[in-house]
Amino acid sequence: MVNNAFIFIVVSFVLTMVSFVLDRRKTIMGLKKGWNMFRNIAIPFLNILILVSLVLHIVPPSLIVQYLGAGSGYHGMAIAALVGSITQIPGFISYPIAATLIQQGASYMTIATFMTTLMMVGIVTFPLEAKYFGKKVAALRNVLSFVSAVIIGLLVGVFL
Amino acid sequence: MKKVLTKYKQYIWLAVFLLATAASFLVGFNPGKVVFGNFTKFFIEMVSFIPFLFTIVGLFDVWFPKEKVEKHIGQESGLKGIFLVILLAMLQAGPLYGAFPVAYILFKKGASIKNIFIYLGAFSSLKIPMLGIEIGYLGLQFTLARTLVSLPLFIAVGYFMEWHLKGRDFKVNQL
Repeated sequence: MVNNAFIFIVVSFVLTMVSFVLDRRKTIMGLKKGWNMFRNIAIPFLNILILVSLVLHIVPPSLIVQYLGAGSGYHGMAIAALVGSITQIPGFISYPIAATLIQQGASYMTIATFMTTLMMVGIVTFPLEAKYFGKKVAALRNVLSFVSAVIIGLLVGVFL
Repeated sequence: MKKVLTKYKQYIWLAVFLLATAASFLVGFNPGKVVFGNFTKFFIEMVSFIPFLFTIVGLFDVWFPKEKVEKHIGQESGLKGIFLVILLAMLQAGPLYGAFPVAYILFKKGASIKNIFIYLGAFSSLKIPMLGIEIGYLGLQFTLARTLVSLPLFIAVGYFMEWHLKGRDFKVNQL
């Protein structure tokens, strides 16, 4: 974690310097844009951190290991894929949750499956998607995405 | 009144949490202290990289505006077309349903069926701000593995959709 933060600090510092030398006005505009984006997500982000802190205290790690850990096998995959397909959690919120699950013993395979279905399969947004592409095509895209997510999970599990 | 309420609604959680924490420390309620300990850890984790990430994203947005890429997208075929739609998808932000209107624009501009679906795949999980957060929370190794495994699958889905839908009067509707 410390290493990751270090990378972000160095990269953002170097990029800002380079950008500033190239074009002062653009740089200030970019920094303002970034700051506004940060401000927009800051409070929802804090709220979700509160929720995760609470749930972490209530749900014992052993339960997470049992259902989503390396030993949970296809059972864990199925839970991850189903929950990911049904729920609609914004991306930036799902990452702290995923990181916590991994720290508590969930396997990379189940987390990769969960994240991918979360992002690609939308049962809640299906009616909207069907309006754009038609029911058949929207259904096909969701099914293919679901299958892809499971394959992605399995392969990530092989590599990590 | 209603406007004020919606504006401050998002702060209610935070306020309740801080009050509950203060109360826990006052009366020595242990679970409250533990939860606050968890929160502090998460909070430090977040502020240690998220502001820097958005600095990078903001600069990226100014130097590589997505409008510019969008202008160049159309009927390009082959590798160049695939590369351009993936690049355009990576410059976006927001949930997947925000990609559907863009899919309509791509369709109208004459993009192939394959590229429209590759766009949707790349949009769902290769957006630069999201990749940044993913690296921060799950590490570079996980992010690289997931990205490199996902990309060929998205492209395969695109090819399959094109093969399946060709000659079936596929269209993207405007809402």
